[in-house]
Amino acid sequence: MEKQKQVITNRVAFLDKKVPFYTSFLGIAGILILWEIISRIGIVSPLFLPAPSNIIITGWEMLVSGEIYGNLTASLYRIVLGYAIGATFGILIGLILGFFKVADAIGTPIVYAIYPIPKIALLPLFILWLGIGELSKVTIIALGVFFPVVINTFSGVKSVDPMLIKAAVTFGSNRINVIRKVILPGSLPMIFAGLKLAAGTSLLLLVSAEMIAAQEGIGSMVLHYGNLMITSKLMVGVLILSMLGLIFNRGLRWLEYKLIPWKE
Amino acid sequence: MSVVIENVGKTFIDSKKNKVMALKNINFTIEEEEFVVLVGPSGCGKSTLLNIVGGLLSPTSGSVYFEGIEENPNLGIVFQEIALFPWRTVFENVVYGLQEKGASKKEQQEIGNHYIDMVGLSDFKNAYPKQLSGGMKQRAGIARALAVEPDLLLMDEPFSALDAQTRTLMQEELLTIWNRTRLSTLYVTHNIEEAVYLADRVIVLSRHPGQIKQIINIDLPKTGRNDEKYRLQSSKYADEIWQLIRHDAEEALKE
Repeated sequence: MEKQKQVITNRVAFLDKKVPFYTSFLGIAGILILWEIISRIGIVSPLFLPAPSNIIITGWEMLVSGEIYGNLTASLYRIVLGYAIGATFGILIGLILGFFKVADAIGTPIVYAIYPIPKIALLPLFILWLGIGELSKVTIIALGVFFPVVINTFSGVKSVDPMLIKAAVTFGSNRINVIRKVILPGSLPMIFAGLKLAAGTSLLLLVSAEMIAAQEGIGSMVLHYGNLMITSKLMVGVLILSMLGLIFNRGLRWLEYKLIPWKE
Repeated sequence: MSVVIENVGKTFIDSKKNKVMALKNINFTIEEEEFVVLVGPSGCGKSTLLNIVGGLLSPTSGSVYFEGIEENPNLGIVFQEIALFPWRTVFENVVYGLQEKGASKKEQQEIGNHYIDMVGLSDFKNAYPKQLSGGMKQRAGIARALAVEPDLLLMDEPFSALDAQTRTLMQEELLTIWNRTRLSTLYVTHNIEEAVYLADRVIVLSRHPGQIKQIINIDLPKTGRNDEKYRLQSSKYADEIWQLIRHDAEEALKE
């Protein structure tokens, strides 16, 4: 009689399954083509969903006419300034709250009390205080950036391995050098996590603030063309926002890689 | 120069607000060029004692002092957790203590390279700790402690996180290094064979509270204790220590 053979196969092979690198390109291209076809043959009215080709052509026209440039610079000015102010103060205050026990006891409850407020709800207040100009919009963005950064910086300082502090002290570091050479580099990864989180928040606040109170800017442009039902121009605005977010995120990741080469 | 540990005691307050005596009445002296090993079951307070000697914990009673020394004593500690700075390369880690002492760039280069060479990490000078194996990390940790040319070298179970083979090699390497530097050393371990292999003197601690049970002089040549001719004597010492610890270790298991 022949012996029965039962071969054992790797039953978790699906975990290592690889997808070819061009899959994502093909996927996106496929969706765009499908979208183009749907718009071309008129299944969906171009009022609701303009074809991708249409959006690109409109975008080019807006670029040439200088419409994009004007709105984009207005938006960039607000977001860059707001983000820079918010991030700077966030890191600074976060470090102070982390280092000094007294500051922690006083400041941390305040930070956590204000943190949950959706910042856009404060815009009317800021307009009242600071006027309807740039200052109120920059402030709201700075505030929205400040909180995730301050909280991450604070936890970053707290999460530095105490063994490393002991090691530094053993090898002769005074308190200032402990902060400079151990706590600061040790909390950098968490600070960056906060900065990345804040990038999304800042974009959201930029658009919201511009929709509520601005003549210029990508946010007000999107709202404006929405009201006029010029969907292709609206879509151009959305596309710019998407690219803005992507560039922002990539830029931060590049900076992180440059500043924290020891992590990877 | 010698290091005197005098009447050292340490009491902790535990989470239930009970007083726990971790160390009681510890007295011994580490002589110049002497390798002292503290061995005991888990929870005997040996790491606590090392931390007190290293100035990272204050004793509840008694004191630790250096005798016959002019300036502030220099300490080098090799940590169980290794505790290399992840954002510094091997070289930058090794010269950390020198930088803090204000040594010149040239001195840092010379001394740093010397000790990196001694622990065999020359090819990994510019690597970050993350890129090193466990054994290499601890070698860097040892080089960092040696680079400050300490008056007392403290080692807290430095090889306990390594696998058995790496550990054996590292013990041999440590002895070679020690023979070149001959630093006064206090070494903590729970591994009895390791203690017998490395020590001039083994201090056996008991637990609850941590007290010195016995001090055993190891009368074997400093090198080649693994040789056939010393095997029997080594295992006798190991057995003697194990008999002292065994009961405590069994008690520790029940907790």
